Amino acid sequence: MHLSTLWFVIDALFWIGFFVLEGFDFGVGMLHSFIGRDDTERRIAVNSIGPVWDGNEVWLIVAGAVIFAAFPSWYATMFSTFYLALVVLLLALIVRGVAFEYQRKVDNPRWRASFRWSLTIGSALIPLLVGVAFGDMLHGLPINRAHNYTGNFLGLLTPFGLYTGVTMLVMSLLMGATYLALKTTGELHDRVVRLSGTLGWVAAVVVWGFVTWTHLGLGTGFVPNPLEVLAVLAVIASAWLANVKREGWAFASAAIGMAATVGSLLTELYPRVMVSTTNAAYNLTVGNTTSPSYTLKVMTVVAVIFFPVVLVYQGWTYHVFRGRLSAPRVGTEVGAGDPDTSGEPVSTVGPTEAT
Amino acid sequence: MSTDLARWQFATTSIYHFLFVPVTIGLAFLVALLQTSWYRHENPVYRRLTRFFGTLLLINVAIGVVTGLVQEFEFGMNWSSYSREVGNIFGGPLAMEGLLAFFLESTFLGLWIFGWDRLSKKAHLACIWLVAGATMISAAFIMAANSWMQHPVGYVMNAQHQPVLNNIGALFTNPVFLWSYVHIVLASLVTGSLVMLAVSAWQLRREREVEAFRRTATISLIVLIPSLVLALFVGSELGVIEGTYQPMKIAAAEAQWNTCNSHCAFSLGQVGGGTNDEAPTQIVSIPDLLSILATNHVNGQVKGMNQLQAQYVKEYGAGNYVPNVFVQYWSMRVMAYLATLVLLFALWGAWLLRKHRIENSKWFLRIAPWVVVAPFLMNTAGWMLTENGRQPWIVQGLMKTVDGVSPNVTALEIWISLVVFVAIYAVLGVADAYLMIHYGRKELGESSDKEPDSGSPPDRGGDGSERESEPDESQRVPALIY
Repeated sequence: MHLSTLWFVIDALFWIGFFVLEGFDFGVGMLHSFIGRDDTERRIAVNSIGPVWDGNEVWLIVAGAVIFAAFPSWYATMFSTFYLALVVLLLALIVRGVAFEYQRKVDNPRWRASFRWSLTIGSALIPLLVGVAFGDMLHGLPINRAHNYTGNFLGLLTPFGLYTGVTMLVMSLLMGATYLALKTTGELHDRVVRLSGTLGWVAAVVVWGFVTWTHLGLGTGFVPNPLEVLAVLAVIASAWLANVKREGWAFASAAIGMAATVGSLLTELYPRVMVSTTNAAYNLTVGNTTSPSYTLKVMTVVAVIFFPVVLVYQGWTYHVFRGRLSAPRVGTEVGAGDPDTSGEPVSTVGPTEAT
Repeated sequence: MSTDLARWQFATTSIYHFLFVPVTIGLAFLVALLQTSWYRHENPVYRRLTRFFGTLLLINVAIGVVTGLVQEFEFGMNWSSYSREVGNIFGGPLAMEGLLAFFLESTFLGLWIFGWDRLSKKAHLACIWLVAGATMISAAFIMAANSWMQHPVGYVMNAQHQPVLNNIGALFTNPVFLWSYVHIVLASLVTGSLVMLAVSAWQLRREREVEAFRRTATISLIVLIPSLVLALFVGSELGVIEGTYQPMKIAAAEAQWNTCNSHCAFSLGQVGGGTNDEAPTQIVSIPDLLSILATNHVNGQVKGMNQLQAQYVKEYGAGNYVPNVFVQYWSMRVMAYLATLVLLFALWGAWLLRKHRIENSKWFLRIAPWVVVAPFLMNTAGWMLTENGRQPWIVQGLMKTVDGVSPNVTALEIWISLVVFVAIYAVLGVADAYLMIHYGRKELGESSDKEPDSGSPPDRGGDGSERESEPDESQRVPALIY
């Protein structure tokens, strides 16, 4: 296998990792405002992703940086093409990231509501926008000989792109609901389990539509890509498992469904990386955007040594924070000093807020 | 037009980003020191201090991280021609930064924030050290990438006349990288310790927890003084190195229009002289000092901008190779003069410490919270000096800034992004400043007689002998932190 193909695969794995890992924390971010009946329930939902969301987001950064290093021309075209969409994406990433840390720092309802909705809306916009971008890259955009986009912002809102965005949004919701089912107890738990059952069937229909459109709409023949079949089956399985209360398996199936959905898009894309509707000769491909082999060799050595280490310590984090979260008995929650304590890693749930 | 706008946008967002970065690097290290003291001495005051300053650290990290995302995206958004041309070299360190530093920093920060009741004391301490280390690793990669723009190394030109990486090691042994990286880390320690000193002084002036905040005032001065002295030395040496590879940058920083062959005088300040036909009014000048600063010898030659301009026209073709002299001249002086003032202030603090009078010195305690402004001005001035001094090049001698912009991005799009980022950054800046002041002025949390840890069974006993033991599974009720 040529090194550039290897790096397409590695980058695909980073994108899949991003959609699977942040998928559930986007889902939780979106759902927490609606599924939580009171402040404590919403906090439980946010805290279920609290220790891990930031590490998950690095998958996005590395996926982008890998494109920069391994396929500089793809990076250049992609980021300049989606300019205004990326401004919105960055805005969403900024307000969402800050919301986690800042929401509880000030005891003021308007302050808290602002950050709560920043988290909710940001969590919805990010998978939607990244999804639109991937849909566009596969479906094609007007790109000229010099590999520059010749359209405007509205030209980015293609039907297939938008549908891809919606698919990522719905899959993130399903992942978030099945994840919360694993991390909660009591009434909140019963509610998310019911929700994940319903969401599962919605997601199954949406993903079925996505793979059909991807496959038939692009005229790649009748025989389906195995990943496309897997995506539909996994989401159906997740819906069924959620309804029969097999929570762990429901989450795992949703994750496989997400991975297979993104994977099927990327396999349809390969060996192209961005399709030109102006002229197929102007397509960006793995071959015409790749860095020279020396750069790829250096990157391969670095990735082989350090990526397994990353997987080990990120995996360990999930092990450390395993288990369900529930409302602490007021005043006794672990990690708390007195409610006024300024030490950060401390709850500030006071008796009045915990009800 | 588009180039200037793109430069404004990049300069605004990166200067803003770099207000938070040095605080993060410096404070992470200092918080790790505090937690180490708690681990070793089991004195609960260190735990309370760790959590107090840890909160300030986290308030900063939140904005430092998200504004860094903007930087990561902007290379492709605004500078796509640059990215296309040199991504095979410049992209490498960025990808490594993600893989080696960002994963480490974010994962272990999550473990540190949420892990107080879940990890052993030792493992929890290791988390903050990994975070502190990761911030410094991250700085190494981005500085290697930036140094390549100042002094490109480790590449060959291919048949299409495009630079192609052929020696990754050269990027990390680049003398510009080695000196500027050390300079940045020291500047970050200066920034972090001045933040800690400012907060400690404010608290001491109100006679709150004098015992505790005298400790942090001491620690911050112990870190501050050597870091600042070394930063001045390394910065001066960096000037000599940059003078070798980017003589125009240094000539502009001295407003040196014509070559001076030896015993060149250093002007402490001047009015005018920003363009070649203006005669500057030098306020005070010190004989020989410029030669010493620029070359380490009294007889050293300092090239003038006129001569360099003529040389570059011959070498690279017609064009203006002189950066903005006013920005160069004053950014260098703001940085150096403020550093000197801060050093005098720090020595005053050290003298007070020696006399055991720091908590009683009304003036020192009153001034310290204002001195914290200085490092932010110095850091910003330092970046303006180094980046403005590289102009008109985006990669020194290889590619001009004007050739690096995205050809298909319109001025309107850049305007929109600039306005959006300035607006959101202003809001976040206010929120951050409010939280820093609010939490910096809070009482030091938790009374000192409380159990020095949280989360372990309450009947554990205070002898610390079970420190390493895992908390009982039944006690694993996760805290609500966010």
